Amino acid sequence: MSFARTFTRSLLSSSPRTLPSNSASFLARPSSLSLLQRQRHLSSESRSKIDNVVNSNPLVLFMKGTPSLPQCGFSRAVCQILEVQGVPEDKILAFNCLEDQELREAIKEYSSWPTIPQLYLQGEFVGGCDIVLQMHQSGELEKMLAEMGLVEEEVAGV
Amino acid sequence: MSAPGPLETTIHEKITAAFNPVHLSISNDSAAHRHHAPMRAQGGGNGETHFTVQLVSERFEGLRAIARHRLVNDTLKQEFADGLHALVIKAKSPKEWEATESKVEA
Repeated sequence: MSFARTFTRSLLSSSPRTLPSNSASFLARPSSLSLLQRQRHLSSESRSKIDNVVNSNPLVLFMKGTPSLPQCGFSRAVCQILEVQGVPEDKILAFNCLEDQELREAIKEYSSWPTIPQLYLQGEFVGGCDIVLQMHQSGELEKMLAEMGLVEEEVAGV
Repeated sequence: MSAPGPLETTIHEKITAAFNPVHLSISNDSAAHRHHAPMRAQGGGNGETHFTVQLVSERFEGLRAIARHRLVNDTLKQEFADGLHALVIKAKSPKEWEATESKVEA
């Protein structure tokens, strides 16, 4: 498997309990919001952090677990599709939403999408597992990834 | 197959009301997911956390997949808030459904 390395890090909150050593803290801040507040409000601060990360990286995956150790079958499927498509591992920026409860709720609201995984390409929300799988099967995903230079086109001038 | 639980029944009713589907099937996949991390954290879930819905509706005609999924997700907004954890959505228009009807569909 080429997903030996993980690029998962904490985006919104840095939970002190089980951050693996390879999870860099990204703009850590204390999580002082109550659970209810977190579920209902996406703070402008969280929104701008997510804006920034999805707009400054070509491929961002919000998932459960890490690419090398997914904790959910749907997240696993998206990682496998990206691998089959030939996206180099260093082009994948993955965030483990299980390690960041604030992000887990914030991303749902940010994308207006109730489930995880969520794939962003060039700042644009692509979809979850079902849609990524459909686009993989239809060839649409390969086309997008090639246009973005995330994979090398095998056949030129299709 | 056991009888549909209360959540499955609600999903069926809400989707029927919102989409007037020419075909609707719902399967409860929760048992297969009860061991994954978020479900373990909830004691294995309540048996109604993961579903697949396959529906065919005129409302999907001309819409991209993401718009179709958003329609379904919005219809079940309350259910997601109340603990519905995962929903596989297979949303087709009647034309697309006819084109694939001869094939074996999951």
